[in-house]
Amino acid sequence: TLRLGLPGSESPDRDRDGPADDVAPALTLGPAPHKAASKRAFPDASPHRGCSAAARAEDKPPSAAPPAAKLAAADRQGLLLPRAQVVGWPPVRNYRKNTLAASASKAKGADDGAPHYVKVSMDGAPYLRKVDLKMYSSYEDLSMALQKMFSCFITGQSSLRKPSTKDRLTNRSNVDSLQDQEYVLTYEDKDADWMLVGDLPWDLFTTICRKLKIMRGSDAAGIAGKTLVCRK
Amino acid sequence: MGRGGARDGAAAAPPWHSLPDEVLEHAFSFLPAAADRGAAAAVCHGWLGAERRSRRRLAVANCYAAAPRDAVDRFPSVRAAEVKGKPHFADFGLVPPAWGAEAAPWVAAAADGWPLLEELSFKRMVVTDECLEMIASSFRNFQVLRLVSCEGFSTAGLAAITEGCRNLRELDLQENYIEDCSSHWLSYFPESFTSLETLNFSCLEGEVNFAVLERLVSRCRNLKTLKLNNAIPLDKVASLLRKAPQLVELGTGKFSAEYHSDLFAKLEAAFAGCKSLRRLSGAWDAVPDYLPAFYCVCEGLTSLNLSYATVRGPELIKFISRCKNLQQLWVMDLIEDHGLAVVAGSCSKLQELRVFPSDPFGAGQVLLTERGLVDVSASCPMLESVLYFCGQMTNEALITIAKNRPNFTCFRLCILEPRTPDYVTRESLDAGFSAIVESCKGLRRLSVSGLLTDLVFKSIGANGNCLEMLSIAFAGNSDLGLHYILSGCKTLKKLEIRDCPFGNKPLLANAAKLETMRSLWMSSCSLTLGACRQLAEKMPRLTVEIMNDPGRTCPVESLPDDSPVETLYVYRTIAGPRSDTPDYVQIV
Repeated sequence: TLRLGLPGSESPDRDRDGPADDVAPALTLGPAPHKAASKRAFPDASPHRGCSAAARAEDKPPSAAPPAAKLAAADRQGLLLPRAQVVGWPPVRNYRKNTLAASASKAKGADDGAPHYVKVSMDGAPYLRKVDLKMYSSYEDLSMALQKMFSCFITGQSSLRKPSTKDRLTNRSNVDSLQDQEYVLTYEDKDADWMLVGDLPWDLFTTICRKLKIMRGSDAAGIAGKTLVCRK
Repeated sequence: MGRGGARDGAAAAPPWHSLPDEVLEHAFSFLPAAADRGAAAAVCHGWLGAERRSRRRLAVANCYAAAPRDAVDRFPSVRAAEVKGKPHFADFGLVPPAWGAEAAPWVAAAADGWPLLEELSFKRMVVTDECLEMIASSFRNFQVLRLVSCEGFSTAGLAAITEGCRNLRELDLQENYIEDCSSHWLSYFPESFTSLETLNFSCLEGEVNFAVLERLVSRCRNLKTLKLNNAIPLDKVASLLRKAPQLVELGTGKFSAEYHSDLFAKLEAAFAGCKSLRRLSGAWDAVPDYLPAFYCVCEGLTSLNLSYATVRGPELIKFISRCKNLQQLWVMDLIEDHGLAVVAGSCSKLQELRVFPSDPFGAGQVLLTERGLVDVSASCPMLESVLYFCGQMTNEALITIAKNRPNFTCFRLCILEPRTPDYVTRESLDAGFSAIVESCKGLRRLSVSGLLTDLVFKSIGANGNCLEMLSIAFAGNSDLGLHYILSGCKTLKKLEIRDCPFGNKPLLANAAKLETMRSLWMSSCSLTLGACRQLAEKMPRLTVEIMNDPGRTCPVESLPDDSPVETLYVYRTIAGPRSDTPDYVQIV
């Protein structure tokens, strides 16, 4: 698997919904519908609003009134589960969904509401991806998401060695540990300089990061030298 | 027309067969509708030639229906072209990436054959920066660029347009995915450039240089439509309005700010100066306190698009109720039934209503019911087009709506949960939708939802005599449903179906019908490969495309006839099978 050697990153292993869901819609277009079938929490098991009874109504006469009415009543109190998510249903344009998602995250207290998409490239990968930095709350989050996203490009390559605690404690360790690892995460800032990810506080980083690049460790050594700062 | 044959007393007989082309072309110029021009062209060879040589506007509803070069050769005088690409369901994520619909071949052919092209419009297509560069450099009098739901280009491509198109009048970007390369595309308009009439960059995510925008707006005295993006804050909107009081259409972009009385005063004053404002839109995470700043323009508004506005409550309703001349209203279901009741009472000239779901996957909170639609259809006599998302419906409501509003031309109802029955009687909604098609004789577009059996399709097939587009999801119970549609609906052009138990038989039985239609989409139905092969063989002028799991790579030739087909997309074409299919699309 791909390991990104962020300074201070922990080993992954969190089950996280693919950030692919947050990427530009052109890349998130639904999996083939047969996969969608597994996404539908249809219809028997879940206590959906009268629908589960109704979905079988073609087989049974519509006399399922009592349980359905109960469900409907419960529904009006908003007690039911969220609707099953079927790909492409309800038919709301992806564009609209993304715009509203941006507003919703704003309502939850994010700063200016619009998603902050940045391109992510990786040395040797045939195409780039995009991530919304606002979907992550820390470097670890981002690192894990990117690992998931790009692991498909690592074939037959050994995973990275993550920096040991001893490495992290010493200043100069950054350069050495980078060279030992295969990949390093870098970003382009507003001045179009390529910087090593991890030096700035996360919130500040999200505002100034324009692009991300997963570089080979050997290439990145020079960058690390440029941006080396005293680390806590 | 055939008056043919020589006659004595030729002075009495108009020389139809020898009218000079210029006369014919002049006559045809009075036929704006493509259908009428098509009919004229079918009269005789003379008329065919005159019509096609003089055709100025061309609409290609399916980019694969004809080869770009053929279209350009056939209609050499085209000044305005519109091309549409991906199937409609691509909007909802049912078409994986890299499906096709590239604009490049069309731009290349146009660059070769239509040097005088003035207008180009692409919808649901992949438009690259190279396309935009080619447009900018190929047409010396290029004036109008409209891109709707497109992708594949960046602000660098926009810069090519703004720099190269010296006579640009309209740059209209609607709901596209635009890569932000931080290039200052707006700055590339030369200082001498003043011809802009429409500028819509509402879908752009990035910042624009406000000073440049302001100067542009100041010097383009013919600017009528300005739709800003989210990056432009409220106080800047006020400044722009002062520079462009002649605006007819404004999209405010982001409209959220803490309430400040001086900003309010600024906005109010700015809007007071806009006597011509008729259309208003914006992504209003609005602080409702600002809405009164708009009161002075309410009376004049004919179109209000609040469908990206999460504002709600009494201020919203009060605002809309002042828009007495509203013809088009797009809102979120946050308006709720009582809000629509107010609309019904205030907006007697309403023609089009769209109500979008604020929380499509929410936990069943019923904000909006059938009540709202019943009220509006009862009180708005000119209402003819509806798109309505809601959680529940009854046959009684639909029957009432049908009785009140036989003048619907577009009726799209989306009940959020698939297969939802009439919540009072628990029956299917067959009766309700049947009432709609029986009453609305002029219905051209219909989307059905909720619990529906084959019977509703019998009714639609029999009564949908003007129906051109039909969308069906999670409905019907057997092949009969599809058969009713395909054997009825005389004028059907586009049929899109998902998740219905429709199989091979009705498809094959009505194969000829498919050539009278523009396209058919069927996904998650009960089709098998064998039937698709038969269809393709029977109907050589149709392209039969199969789409399966992008991960699966096994070629379709090797699969047996009884393999299930996940997605079928069939369309008529004179260009033969396309050559740009991705791996997951196979043409049978």
